[in-house]
Amino acid sequence: MGDRLTTSTLLVTEEDEKKHEIIRAKGEGKELTKEEKQRLRKEKKQHKKNKKDDRGPPEKEKEKEKASVPAPSKPATQSPAHKAAPVPVNASASESPVAAEKPAKSKAELRAERRARQDSERASKQGKKEGGQQSTSSKPKATPNELQPVVKRLPDHVQVDDPVALKKLAKKLERQQKSGQGCSLNITGVKVPLRSDYGYKVSLFSHLHQYSRKNPPTQQISIPVTVIHPSIVRLGLQYSQGIIAGSNARSVALLHAFKQVIQDYSTPPNEELSRDLVNKLSPYISFLSQCRPLSASMGNAIKYIKKEISNIPSQCKEEEAKRILQECIDSYINEKIILASEAISKYAIEKISDGDVILVYGCSSLVNHILCEAFEKQRKFRVIVVDSRPRLEGREALRRLVKKGIRCTYVLISALSYILPEVSKVFLGAHALLANGYVMSRVGTSQIALVAKAYNVPVLVCCETYKFCERVQTDSFVSNELDDPDDLIVTRNGKTHLENWQTVKSLGLLNLVYDVTPPDFVDLVITDLGMIPCTSVPVVLRVKNVDQ
Amino acid sequence: VDENQSFRFSQWEEDPDVASAVAAIRSLLEFLKRDQSETILGLRENMTKAIQRLEETDSSVAVSSGGELFLRFISLTSLEHPDLSQCKNVMIERGELFLKKISLSRGKVGKLCHTFIKDGAKILTHSSSRVVLKVLENAAADNKRFTVYVTESQPDSAGKLMAQKLHNLNIPVTVVLDAAVGYIMEKVDLVIVGAEGVVESGGVINKIGTYQMAVCSKAHNKPFYVVAESFKFVRLYPLNQQDVPDRFKYKADILKTVKDLNQEHPMIDYTPPSLITLLFTDLGVLTPSAVSDELIKLYL
Repeated sequence: MGDRLTTSTLLVTEEDEKKHEIIRAKGEGKELTKEEKQRLRKEKKQHKKNKKDDRGPPEKEKEKEKASVPAPSKPATQSPAHKAAPVPVNASASESPVAAEKPAKSKAELRAERRARQDSERASKQGKKEGGQQSTSSKPKATPNELQPVVKRLPDHVQVDDPVALKKLAKKLERQQKSGQGCSLNITGVKVPLRSDYGYKVSLFSHLHQYSRKNPPTQQISIPVTVIHPSIVRLGLQYSQGIIAGSNARSVALLHAFKQVIQDYSTPPNEELSRDLVNKLSPYISFLSQCRPLSASMGNAIKYIKKEISNIPSQCKEEEAKRILQECIDSYINEKIILASEAISKYAIEKISDGDVILVYGCSSLVNHILCEAFEKQRKFRVIVVDSRPRLEGREALRRLVKKGIRCTYVLISALSYILPEVSKVFLGAHALLANGYVMSRVGTSQIALVAKAYNVPVLVCCETYKFCERVQTDSFVSNELDDPDDLIVTRNGKTHLENWQTVKSLGLLNLVYDVTPPDFVDLVITDLGMIPCTSVPVVLRVKNVDQ
Repeated sequence: VDENQSFRFSQWEEDPDVASAVAAIRSLLEFLKRDQSETILGLRENMTKAIQRLEETDSSVAVSSGGELFLRFISLTSLEHPDLSQCKNVMIERGELFLKKISLSRGKVGKLCHTFIKDGAKILTHSSSRVVLKVLENAAADNKRFTVYVTESQPDSAGKLMAQKLHNLNIPVTVVLDAAVGYIMEKVDLVIVGAEGVVESGGVINKIGTYQMAVCSKAHNKPFYVVAESFKFVRLYPLNQQDVPDRFKYKADILKTVKDLNQEHPMIDYTPPSLITLLFTDLGVLTPSAVSDELIKLYL
């Protein structure tokens, strides 16, 4: 694993310029024209030929992996007939020059060669049928060379068990402190603190951070704090102590804190507001992600703000620019969160009929809002609130609903299969909706969806469109959040059995925060754009990107 | 509005081959030509009233979807041309074009689907559908040999009508009881049904008994194909059978006269998308999850 990482970084650093060119072109919103693509391809081929001697078997395997994985993800540009053909043809093409240099071939390589030969014969037959052999020969050149600039690095927050990645993160945080200093006084030792992990981590999740609430991130910050704005420090503490929880609440708090930051900001001389402000925000965002990993909704909000800031025209006066930004943030909160929840309630109320028994899980601000609105519109229904340890968020939802006057029942998640035969509908909130239709939500949600499916109870997920993210995930392991393991310790009658869990070497406490529900278990997603099936999330993402 | 009704009925009478949605759109177009309102808003209000009147006479899903499509199409045109008289002319012109296009849609569906019928196939279908008839006609014209089983489809015995029409085309056909679907499923190779409406989830609303047939075919692993024109796409999202609005489930005259609908037999049921293999429409061959994509394109 370590070798692969180093070779990949090697590849990446050497291909950096090419990548930057493409990233720049993509960033400007222009599609690479055909000629540019061809030119890049030719350059990469040259590059590859020069590096042929450095190639070893692990790289070849990696390339084959890469070739097989991204190829299916480019159906738009390639016809399905060509999809299968170019990859093995390329494999054979790349293998033959290497094979000439390495006479001793392993069994796997022989098998792959034979397979590639068969596939190439099949491909040539197909190419003849399609009446354009040059098209098949040009396409294989397309796939491997276009693969290289798209090497995706794993994000830092899921590489906690790799010491190289950790060192890079520490350096990045120090670098941010330096760039933020600029013309401030000479203060040393002030940096965005790197929080250290706490306690033994279960091996499946050792690539994630696990912090303790008793070690707040502000312990390492000395006074006076010049790099990080005080409202951001306060926000970070509120996140890490769990005072602000829930993805809507976190996003709104973040946007309000940014409004304060923009208000107090003053452009240093010889700097442009649009560029400097974005740089100023970066250490704040790193600090916040050290306090608590950013949610998908926060990520989208930050992307929006950065875009708005960089769109400020350079001749705009500072006061004017600040006013524009404040208005942008206000309209974002209003449109994407407040008005969206009104629209979603409108659609959701159509789905609530008299006599319904509705099951909700945990505390979702959106679902609570829908139920309160439906109650005001004189719908007759009762609610079953399902709750789970250690957060026990259901109690907050219960409090809000009972205050409204709605008839509620409260159960723990272990009683789910007992209560489900009574239920007519399940309403769930979401933390994020992923591009492949999976729903990321509080841990326990996928369990509820699964059991509801088994009892044929319709499951409705309510989610605003600003929580849709382009990520793809099929399991809950690869990217998750680990909460403080000490939360799982319970004191009953003065006795705490797990008090010294750290001393027991074979014991690990796991406090997961999120899990991922597949789209087969979800019947309907209610968004501010309407009611869509779970498989249509990428369509909405596409429509949104076109709008922007 | 009364002359609108008479127009619609006369059109329907003259051609039993015309889909009810097409007849509805045609009469709405006539209504548009005769409309006297001064403003676009007034025009839209009159249109909405006319659609409601049409739904009162025939409460099928197809009429409602056709009406909604026409209304939306009008609203879009009105955004481009704020001047009323110019707008009306453009609307009428586009309306005629739209009508011509959708009259051809059944032929397109037939051309797409008949290639999925192999020589020697045994096909099961439900009740009487003009689109399925067209598909089978095309397949027969292609010199394919196949046999058809049709369910009787009570309470109106529409299946017997279908059997008669197939017999006229010299296709070997057998009528089976509605209760015999499970029995006959092991003999057939594929199931083709029509649709009264295609909903946002990718499911279909069709004559009662379709859901049963879909569940049976899933249990036997037989492909379940639905053929429908694109104007039948409707902006409903039922979660289960109960969630389908009452105004579609029962005939229009029953809705007006009967008090307790629980004693009545519903005329349609909802088949969820998980049971459908493919949908053949004039927009192409779609999987159920692609229907939502198409609807978003049509309506957003």
